[in-house]
Amino acid sequence: MTSADTLKGFKRDGRVVIVGASLAGLRAAEALRDEGFTGSLTMIGDELGEPYDRPPLSKQVLTGWVPAGGTTLPRRRDINAEWLLGVPADGLDLATNHVHLADGREVPFDRVLISTGVRARPWFVEAEAALDGVFVVRTREDADGLQRALAAGPSRVLVIGAGFTGSEIASICRERDIPVTVAELASAPLVGALGAVIGDVAADMQRAHGVDLRCGVKVTQLEGDAQGRFHRAHFDDGSTIDADVAVVALGGIRNTEWLRDSGLAAGPWGIACDTGCRALDLNGLITDDIFVAGDVARCPNPIYEYRLISLEHWVNAVEQAQVAAHNMVSAQADRWPHLSIPTFWSIQFGVNIKSVGVPTFADEVVVTQGSVPDHRFVAAYGYQGRVTAAVSFNNAKWLDHYRQLIETAAPFPPPCPTPDEPVDAKPVPVDFPGPTLLAQGATVVVTGHDPSERRVTAAWQHR
Amino acid sequence: MTTTESPDILRRILDYSARADPYPLYSELRETPVALQEDGSYVISTYRELTGILHDPHLSSDVRNLSRPMAAAEARTTPSFINLDPPEHDRLRRLAMRHFGPPHTPGLVTGMEPDLTATVSGLIDDFADKQQIDIVEDFAYPFPVTVICHLLGVPREDEPQFHVWVNAIIDSLDYDPKTDPKEKLDNGMQATTDLREYLGGLLEQRHGRPGDDLLTRLANDDGPDGRMTDDEIVSTANLLLIAGHETTVNLITNGMLTLLRHPQVLQRLRDEPDLIVPLVEELLRYEPPVHIIPWRAAYSDITVADTVIPKGSQIMLMLASGSRDPDRFHDPDRFDPDRQDNQHLGFGSGIHLCFGGPLARLETQIALTELVRRLNRPRLVADPPPYRPSPILRGPIHLHIEQS
Repeated sequence: MTSADTLKGFKRDGRVVIVGASLAGLRAAEALRDEGFTGSLTMIGDELGEPYDRPPLSKQVLTGWVPAGGTTLPRRRDINAEWLLGVPADGLDLATNHVHLADGREVPFDRVLISTGVRARPWFVEAEAALDGVFVVRTREDADGLQRALAAGPSRVLVIGAGFTGSEIASICRERDIPVTVAELASAPLVGALGAVIGDVAADMQRAHGVDLRCGVKVTQLEGDAQGRFHRAHFDDGSTIDADVAVVALGGIRNTEWLRDSGLAAGPWGIACDTGCRALDLNGLITDDIFVAGDVARCPNPIYEYRLISLEHWVNAVEQAQVAAHNMVSAQADRWPHLSIPTFWSIQFGVNIKSVGVPTFADEVVVTQGSVPDHRFVAAYGYQGRVTAAVSFNNAKWLDHYRQLIETAAPFPPPCPTPDEPVDAKPVPVDFPGPTLLAQGATVVVTGHDPSERRVTAAWQHR
Repeated sequence: MTTTESPDILRRILDYSARADPYPLYSELRETPVALQEDGSYVISTYRELTGILHDPHLSSDVRNLSRPMAAAEARTTPSFINLDPPEHDRLRRLAMRHFGPPHTPGLVTGMEPDLTATVSGLIDDFADKQQIDIVEDFAYPFPVTVICHLLGVPREDEPQFHVWVNAIIDSLDYDPKTDPKEKLDNGMQATTDLREYLGGLLEQRHGRPGDDLLTRLANDDGPDGRMTDDEIVSTANLLLIAGHETTVNLITNGMLTLLRHPQVLQRLRDEPDLIVPLVEELLRYEPPVHIIPWRAAYSDITVADTVIPKGSQIMLMLASGSRDPDRFHDPDRFDPDRQDNQHLGFGSGIHLCFGGPLARLETQIALTELVRRLNRPRLVADPPPYRPSPILRGPIHLHIEQS
């Protein structure tokens, strides 16, 4: 049988299992059917219920405008799948091609797509995290609970972490006229994603809207009252603040633990893959039947020196799902690379923030259009004299142009003036927080001496 | 990429003889995506290049950035936001949008649906029993005029007066000093002055008065951006009045013409009224009301498809050609209301994306649905129908049909 026949047979009656039934998983399933895959399709998800959309959970759901249950993802087509919901996968056996579920079931596959995403990083003290009034926001239930707590009219909300989610939640609190304190370890909000220049703008925005913003501080303890209700937080400078609600917005943890024994290149940084969304094994060698998409994928981007980049962006999940699904049912010569330029958006304090490219891949930033004091501008990011990213505040319609600049490695700073260029536009250092804020421990070690013996093993196996 | 061979094609496109079917000429034009003309201006006709330049912040809509002054009448008055760049464009458009759409006025257009349906029904009642109908005079013109007058707060009964001015202004848009009588330009300029004076007169009565129409709301606005000056309100009202009906009349008429040329689609629309939504999108691609953005200016050097367009150059954007570009749309010359991937240029793109697009969509959806529902076996009297002079805002001047 030729490989073309094998592929045809697989498309006709092969078995695809998708682990992770959220945006990337659903879109991949739809794309597989669009591509003519008629075999069996199994969707595995740890949450009960239909796949739903997460961006509204920190926005329209928290204002009370959209009920948490109203975020179900629209279906683009019938996918005719078997749904195994409410039980997480806890292992992947590549020798026998089975996914193990936590309840002991085993699901066989010919090809598998891993789209297990990210979960909220919980507060580091379990007992404090369990206090009434302490929230994270990742799932529909999380958002529903926080929405109820906000509707009850708390005297103050403490948001721990001023990344995008934390800042959006602070914005909702102000919109609902709830006093809010934001505590951020870095020098300003959004600094980790966008650098100090834009971080300062974000800090201005928060303060102008009445947020009690405290930067360069660490929350050390969440204190509960006798009824187990959160009522006070302690900071590392010795100060305290009284509040009824604490929202822990310290980013996410990629759901890769279940792959610990799988032999895949999976770790806290995600699952490494090639641009075709095929997973790498622990040695960095490409696999053939294992695909990855969404927040959990760590994919090289040629524009950024082929660095492996994980993106927790809605658009990235959709695009990777499309590419992964196509490649699952295509011969090698027909496979697509995932080569899009990342984009994301946020809405906070009445401002639409949108970005294209990878702002952290930059050494300088310059405001190219508009006015920073008015919170209406575009800033371009450059690395070694070329444009690598741009961010807009209430000016998103220009970003397509900047995407083209990134794709064509156009010179930075952009040389030609525009009608609303700020008079004092000049590039400044982008100023991201140092590696101490970002570092992870070692995840692997290399063993063996002869080239035929050299192997990577997971670090935990050596402890 | 750039040649000077194509000026002849552009001249043939602008010539009235091409009005009924400019599409084969657009196809020839696209062989040179960025075409330098004898007068130093550039014509862009392919989809990728058009969308690229429409999002390029170096492209200016302000006539003052042209190295050679413009002849057209609009160049001599206080510009409306369509002819301005950021930050002025953004401020004025924002001030106008406050009273027209989200986030400050959500639901305005949707809320107009019952009124629009009633207006359409009334017009159709008037000719339902006639065998001979002029879709333009009897329907596609009076409908959007009624709507925009109501929205702006312009008395409907003044229509005969401003109709003459608007026609003269549209006629002067493509004024060419080499071939056109100077009278065409003078008429346009006089009409611009007269229309502005008329709108200024209406505005004077609106200050300090309550009311829901746009003129009144603009005259009494107190939002975060402050208030438009009276001069700015007149320019804005002028723009919305002209754009609010001179474009929609063509979209509705082109729509009816296209349906009569595709009887199976017409029958489908009778049977499946929901088809109207993608159908109007396909119409905006296939037979759009605005064919050309006659001029934009290079604020600084702009590179398009490896061609450097020097600062100060005049740039003509052939939107309707871009929407028929086979490199972007599969089988582009086929009218296919089921087309999935249909990011047409019917409303332009970028920061100048049609302000009234949501209203034009709804007007056309209601107009065509009701026409198809109520006309009894309509057929074209003449194909092609006679066209209006303008190659920019292109559409039939009459669309005579017969019904049983």
